[in-house]
Amino acid sequence: MTYIAKPKLHHPSLQKNAVGFTRRDYEGRVSTLCAGCGHDSISAAIIQACWELDIEPHRVAKLSGIGCSSKTPDYFLGQSHGFNTVHGRMPSVLTGAQLANRELLYFGVSGDGDSASIGLGQFAHLMRRGVNMVYLVENNGVYGLTKGQFSATADAGSKGKKGAVNTDNPIDLVSLALLLGASFVARSFSGDKAQLVPLIKAAMLHRGATFIDVISPCVAFNNHAGSTRSYDYVRAHNEAVNRLDVIEGREPIEAEQPAEGGVTEVTLHDGSTLRLRSTGPDYDPRDRLEAMNFIAHHQAQGELVTGLLYINPEAQTYHQHLGTVATPLNKLGTRELCPGPAALAKINATLR
Amino acid sequence: MLTATNDFVVKFANVNGSGSASANELFAKAILRMGVPVGPRNIFPSNIQGLPTWYEVRVSEAGFLGRRGGVDLMVAMNPQTWAADVAEVEADGYLLYDATKPLPASAFRPDIHVIGMPLSGLCAKHYNDPRQRQLLKNVLYLGGLSYLLGVEPEVIEQLLGEQYQGKPQLAEPNVQAFRLGRDWAAANLAPIGLHVQRADRVGDRIFVDGNTAAGLGCVYGGATVCAWYPITPSTSVAEAFEKYCRKFRTTPEGEKKYAIVQAEDEIASIGMVVGAGWNGARAFTATSGPGVSLMTEFLGLAHFAEIPATIINVQRGGPSTGMPTRTQQADVLSCAYASHGDTKHVLLFPEDPAEAFEFSALALDLADRLQTPVFVMLDLDIGMNQRLCRPFEWQESRHYDRGKVMSVDDLEAGKPFGRYRDVDGDGIPWRTWPGTHPQRGAFFTRGTSKNADAGYSERGPDYVQNMERLLRKFVTARAMVPQPVVKPGPRPGRYGILYYGSTSPAMDEAAQMLEAVGFPIDLMRIRAFPFPESVRDFVRQHERVYLIEQNRDAQLRTLLVNEFELDPADLHPVLHYDGTPITARYIADRIRASFAADHVEERAA
Repeated sequence: MTYIAKPKLHHPSLQKNAVGFTRRDYEGRVSTLCAGCGHDSISAAIIQACWELDIEPHRVAKLSGIGCSSKTPDYFLGQSHGFNTVHGRMPSVLTGAQLANRELLYFGVSGDGDSASIGLGQFAHLMRRGVNMVYLVENNGVYGLTKGQFSATADAGSKGKKGAVNTDNPIDLVSLALLLGASFVARSFSGDKAQLVPLIKAAMLHRGATFIDVISPCVAFNNHAGSTRSYDYVRAHNEAVNRLDVIEGREPIEAEQPAEGGVTEVTLHDGSTLRLRSTGPDYDPRDRLEAMNFIAHHQAQGELVTGLLYINPEAQTYHQHLGTVATPLNKLGTRELCPGPAALAKINATLR
Repeated sequence: MLTATNDFVVKFANVNGSGSASANELFAKAILRMGVPVGPRNIFPSNIQGLPTWYEVRVSEAGFLGRRGGVDLMVAMNPQTWAADVAEVEADGYLLYDATKPLPASAFRPDIHVIGMPLSGLCAKHYNDPRQRQLLKNVLYLGGLSYLLGVEPEVIEQLLGEQYQGKPQLAEPNVQAFRLGRDWAAANLAPIGLHVQRADRVGDRIFVDGNTAAGLGCVYGGATVCAWYPITPSTSVAEAFEKYCRKFRTTPEGEKKYAIVQAEDEIASIGMVVGAGWNGARAFTATSGPGVSLMTEFLGLAHFAEIPATIINVQRGGPSTGMPTRTQQADVLSCAYASHGDTKHVLLFPEDPAEAFEFSALALDLADRLQTPVFVMLDLDIGMNQRLCRPFEWQESRHYDRGKVMSVDDLEAGKPFGRYRDVDGDGIPWRTWPGTHPQRGAFFTRGTSKNADAGYSERGPDYVQNMERLLRKFVTARAMVPQPVVKPGPRPGRYGILYYGSTSPAMDEAAQMLEAVGFPIDLMRIRAFPFPESVRDFVRQHERVYLIEQNRDAQLRTLLVNEFELDPADLHPVLHYDGTPITARYIADRIRASFAADHVEERAA
């Protein structure tokens, strides 16, 4: 029951991060999702990532659409403002919020129904505008809240719980995000926390349109033989292209491990370094065309490629495109915004 | 021969894309510069080139700026619409046409005065370039008209100079063509019975279109985010906002204190406005009826989640492909009750560009103070036509009222916060913006399914309590919106007229027409929804109340009947909805006919 908040009592020995918060401070209300839902693992990964990154919770704004995944922002970062918006339209709300205050970190959580069907249009335009945010899709290939309909990411040939076979071609949001200009594109699996937490951290450090597709099996409606989004299927067909370490810029340089074979280092805007230990043959995540090719190639073989698939560390944000002032627009008042009566008198004079 | 000084109607019938618009506008402006008020209207097709378009100019020293009805002088330049244009001229009125090729007598009417000018012939003789021949033909008839009506040529030449300032290669041929037309008319024609005479009746008023005014109002009102999708007739609102922002909101370094997004559709537009409003920026969108239809789900969310949003709705004839270039007041109900669930929204009804400016700025204040969507209900007639109106005003001392927003200091001081608590008894709760305080004031925003502290709740009593508070808020709004404007008749009347928005200038003239024939009437102009109690009182105080609207179904009447539980029989609708702006004669004729019917009933009784 989400209206029952978790007890505020914290064990005094709980470890605090650099900004004085314990891991518990990043938690939300008790989840109402089904026991074993992949989405809860993702919430836990978000909590872990924010705590490790020393982000003050109130510096994050969480936004979601509608669906099981869109309920989850209530289950993490309880000290952040959140907004459960309209089905498939969270991207526009997030865009408006980002325009109003460029200083906060925007975390959009959506699902495959919310983003790949009703929200495909807004998803596309959010990515092509380069809105600075993390957009995470909890992808289970099924409509959970309405009990088991196929979503647009369900693979052709996958079987529903009652045996119905999906004949429609799937939409691959990762490929789409790449095509549309997202500057950080990754895929992971809710059951692989070791991969997911660093990916979320890297995503939150990146500036630009950031997309993470997380395969998150639905225990109620899509975790059976014949489903290509079940735990078993994903574990068997997951090909990780790389493993990621995030080294924040403010840490002393000596903390870094010496470079080793198969490691690519990518420096972000704030000086943080991403160290990618490639498990695939010479995979370079800075090559967009190669990434698209690689994903399509493995997809044809029924394999899900996970890891950081693409990053452009030089990406521009929507605010940069628009040329807005550094001060958040919501902090500008009458003095900064109103041209005043003298200017109006001049305008009147031109209209006579 | 029809004679009138400073009180007549000229209509230009043209083909769109032929360059007539600027010449016709110049004609209207020249009369204004002579101190005589004019009310011009474009009646144009949804097309770029080749279809019929009209420009109607009401010249009125008395200051009536609406359409009067009827045409005293038709400038018939479009063969496609010739028959209808000739038929529209008042008996004994005038028709100016291009007489280069002779027309049979059957093309004219015996009861009107026909004036021919060989416009194409003169152009062909003096200009070689086909484009020039086409464009300057318009300036040529302007020359002819200036002679026929007595419009001072110096005024027109000065206006041409202003229009082509810094472009002598354009100014020169235009002035030459103007003189050519005027000289030809002076040599071959005589002035007609319609006459423009210099007066001093314009004063300090300005001449501007409502969309420009609304865009400027949003700049003055402190909007920083504009998200919109192109749709006639609203597009120029966003364009005006951008133009004035570029001028007034750009730092010396070239950085912008505003963000304008041309969104992928109207759903995204309102979504961005809602996101920005949630996050503490003043945001607006400009759209028309079809756009509002697309926005309705978000409007419901904004209503329930209590998020400020300003929507400039420039109304047109529906539906989607309907009559995008024609005017109506047909979105009253779809905006007042937009969305699913129990929703009601604040509507403001400006009468002209001056109020379009004021109400747009006010809407941004009201949206913040009431934490709800606010509509500025413009229409094409106000939005896309230049109108003479009082100058824009702004008080130096005016500051944006951001409403009940808790600051970091409030929260730090331990001021209790519950997002949906009615602590002040006015139904308006306090809110916090994201990122305000590290430990306090954060909440999760949802439509309903919440308690007064924004916690998740599906309990019935929590839902009801919230909905009752929203109603209280709507009652609070009554006193905050612009109050009705009453114009009592010369004697305490039994009859009253309610009207709103763009009907205003035609109503002014209609009231005078009615009074002249012995029907004094009290007027009340409604300026906002929710309606203040004074509207109900006005209805009760009059034996008979007419309600003038520019839609088929008397939508504001439905709203009045519904909100005040009035007897529908107490409101007599006078409706005009053919897509053209309502005329004074139409209103006066309908009401006179209704009176006449009453008298027949009275005698029969």
